[in-house]
Amino acid sequence: MFALRRLIRFAVSMVVLITASFAMIHLIPGDPIRAALGMNAPLELVNQRRAELGLDDPIPMQLLAYVQQILGGDFGTSFMTREPVGQIIADRLPHTLALAGAATIFTLIVAVPLGMWAGIRTENGRNRGTELGFTSGTGALTVVPEFLYSIALIVVFSIALGWLPPAGRDGLDSYILPVLALSIGAIAMVARLARVETLRELGADYVRLARAKRLPVLRIYLRHVLPNTLTSTLTVGGLLLTGLIAGSVLVEFVFAWPGLGGRMVESITQKDYPVAQAIIFVYGAIVLVVNLIVDLLLSKLDPKSTIKET
Amino acid sequence: MRQLLRTPTGVIGLALVAATVILAIVGPPIWGEAAETIDAGAALQGASAEHLLGTDNLGRDILARVLAATRFSLLLAVLATVIGVGLGLLLGVLPSVLPRRAARLVTGAVNALVAFPALLLAMFTAVVSGLGARGAVLGIGMAIAPGFARLTQTLAASVAGADYVAAARLLGVPRWKIATRHVLPNIAEPVILNVTAVLGTGLVAMAGMSFLGLGVQPPEYDWGRLLNEGFGRIYLDPVVALGPAAAIILAGLGFNMVGEALAKSAARTSASAGPVSAAEVAPDDSAPDADAVLEVKDLTVTFPGGVTPVRGISLTLAPGEIVGLVGESGSGKSLSAFAIGGLVPYPGTVTSGRLRLNGTELTELGQAKRRKLLGTSMAMVFQDPMASLNPALTVGGQLAEVATVHQGAKRSAAWARAVDRLKHVRIPDPEKRARQHPHEFSGGMRQRAVIAIGLMGSPKLIIADEPTTALDVTVQRQILKLLREVSADTGAAALFISHDIAVVSELCHRVVVMYAGRIVEELPVSELAGGAAHPYTKALVASLPDLDTDKGEPLAAIPGTQPAPAEAGTGCAFAARCALADQRCGERPPLKEFGKAHTVACWHAGTVEIEVATR
Repeated sequence: MFALRRLIRFAVSMVVLITASFAMIHLIPGDPIRAALGMNAPLELVNQRRAELGLDDPIPMQLLAYVQQILGGDFGTSFMTREPVGQIIADRLPHTLALAGAATIFTLIVAVPLGMWAGIRTENGRNRGTELGFTSGTGALTVVPEFLYSIALIVVFSIALGWLPPAGRDGLDSYILPVLALSIGAIAMVARLARVETLRELGADYVRLARAKRLPVLRIYLRHVLPNTLTSTLTVGGLLLTGLIAGSVLVEFVFAWPGLGGRMVESITQKDYPVAQAIIFVYGAIVLVVNLIVDLLLSKLDPKSTIKET
Repeated sequence: MRQLLRTPTGVIGLALVAATVILAIVGPPIWGEAAETIDAGAALQGASAEHLLGTDNLGRDILARVLAATRFSLLLAVLATVIGVGLGLLLGVLPSVLPRRAARLVTGAVNALVAFPALLLAMFTAVVSGLGARGAVLGIGMAIAPGFARLTQTLAASVAGADYVAAARLLGVPRWKIATRHVLPNIAEPVILNVTAVLGTGLVAMAGMSFLGLGVQPPEYDWGRLLNEGFGRIYLDPVVALGPAAAIILAGLGFNMVGEALAKSAARTSASAGPVSAAEVAPDDSAPDADAVLEVKDLTVTFPGGVTPVRGISLTLAPGEIVGLVGESGSGKSLSAFAIGGLVPYPGTVTSGRLRLNGTELTELGQAKRRKLLGTSMAMVFQDPMASLNPALTVGGQLAEVATVHQGAKRSAAWARAVDRLKHVRIPDPEKRARQHPHEFSGGMRQRAVIAIGLMGSPKLIIADEPTTALDVTVQRQILKLLREVSADTGAAALFISHDIAVVSELCHRVVVMYAGRIVEELPVSELAGGAAHPYTKALVASLPDLDTDKGEPLAAIPGTQPAPAEAGTGCAFAARCALADQRCGERPPLKEFGKAHTVACWHAGTVEIEVATR
């Protein structure tokens, strides 16, 4: 039942997303084609491009054609390079997903144990020093944006030390710096959440009973507390993945990563509207799909949480 | 403001914000000219004494440009924040003003947008409104709005439930007026708190847009644009990226730290930890009671700041004996039980003259030995069976782990024992039930399962802390019956903690009454109805309705409240509520013998006036 409701919500969101990305070109004030091609472009070229986008048809026809195209995987042709946009996405999307996916996994692997450790150490206001250091340290780390981490990592590890490649995607070691740049802030954020979550679980009655059973502390933390933080970890993981996909735009730009993000920035600065429109749509669709999957997984794993939500 | 300066976060953040604001004011007049001065001969230089952070491609001094750019960078961040916060407030308050359907639509849209990464919203807006500072500011404003709308909605919803809003609604005040008159003013403070942090986020986001080339366009420049220009050169002169990067981080950090410090000082509670002063315990020379299951002498629990919720209680339990520990909430009864079980939470400290379980002094045992002894011979049952079992693990697994951990049992043997124990507490179909999770159990069954956990070992002592309070009356009876049977079968003593004197008189052999951290009376249950000597015990018994109680009369209650642990003075703690209190009660009465197996701490115990006063 929940799954059905959730699927309907997904469909509605998808319709809104398609409409929004369709409307994007129409919302641009003035003549987007003229703006893209420049004042000196010959009139025939402008008219040809306009026809290409179907901008001369009535709006409902255009929308219908747009939906048909998207369903067929056809996103038009780049103004600048004349590549099919569908091909650009097919070439570049895997690299973006690989980067964001690797960063998500790395973040969870580091942040959940870190937050748990901090939670255990600061239970009931113990170790005020650890608490202060942890919260202000992670607080500062979340403020620094990904692109500054990227630049700092390049300066230190590529330029000063010469250990790792500063740009491009070539072999496993080219992943290290981009993944790090993408993860540091996320680790700090997730570790904070994991600490709060751990503190909450440690105060739960079942932990007291587990202590009354005189279980070894490690067993209490790993077997009793950890599984109960997984629901929230999964929720955070989903948000994290979508957040990191967006964050990867800046990281891809700095590292010249051959993903969607770099190409999106390029297309926006060049007013290559078909490309920009399609890539923003794809990002939006990824977000919707990831959120859908996470919600469905959650309802399977923890039936109670979805009842609460709806 | 003064509170802000109390935390290091607040001080550093405030200093950074102040520096940013001052630079924004004085930056352009002082360095504006140097920032614009083109010197073709000095183009693309690295750091030197003359140009600390080097020069750009037109020979302009980068340090001067960074300092001069403070005003523009801050201005753009403020503009984006104003747009985002304004839009967010509007979207957040709308649902409380609009008709229900429209309100749900707005809420739904906000929820959908919150799930969207802010950067994508910013990109979308930037494409539509064109490249440049205006597009980026709009985009970031749009990106800030959904999160802020959600925050406003949450805050507004909490205020909307308040009585004065309900009253205004009943009086027919228009909804928009309720929103502007009642809701907005009352959520202003948390909203303003959050604006500070949003400003920091906006500043960093704006820098990101300009860095990508989607924000400020030359010849204008902000920090992000300067970083963009320096970025291509970091291989040769990393220092050229340093200035703008540091400016972005420091300013962003400043606003965030102030925001965090503000939020913290708003949420601060007045809990301050004082030094822990552990109670002194006089050495005890008397011979330990060899037959007792539990022997406690002078048990005290102290918290920092000198708060002592449990003050020198002594208690002895014989095998098979069920002792009720009664008192109001806050009397220290539960904490006494935790102290006996070694479960007092940090930062509490427990001292005792004697704490012996089955003849073994617990404080003298090593950790491993104590854990094994308590794990197998002490069972604990807590108040809320809904929360006592781990929701993520099977019930059987939670039983079986006791055997695998403490008795080194094999998995299959432990599981068989678990099923057997579940059967013993009369859980039907125990093989199947053992594989289920707690949420598939009813409340009564969960409490049975918790008791079964205690029966995995061979319990000598069962500590039950209000085990029936959270249950239905019929289920209560079953659990009480089970506890009695378990005690009879295994010969285990039980310490039964309850505020319900009716339940205690039904189940227990002996009753111990606690008041404000001390034991005030201890007596056999048979004497409870007629032979209680302490005015407090008498009042507890009198407050209990029975069949003879006149239904026309209000139920007897004890006037006043129990003093908090820190407030109990040197006299009798009950004196303030006692009709008999006189001068003598300014001194605390000792617990002394009052007949067979009966002790009481009251100067007036056994006197004539007490019988008259409490009749």
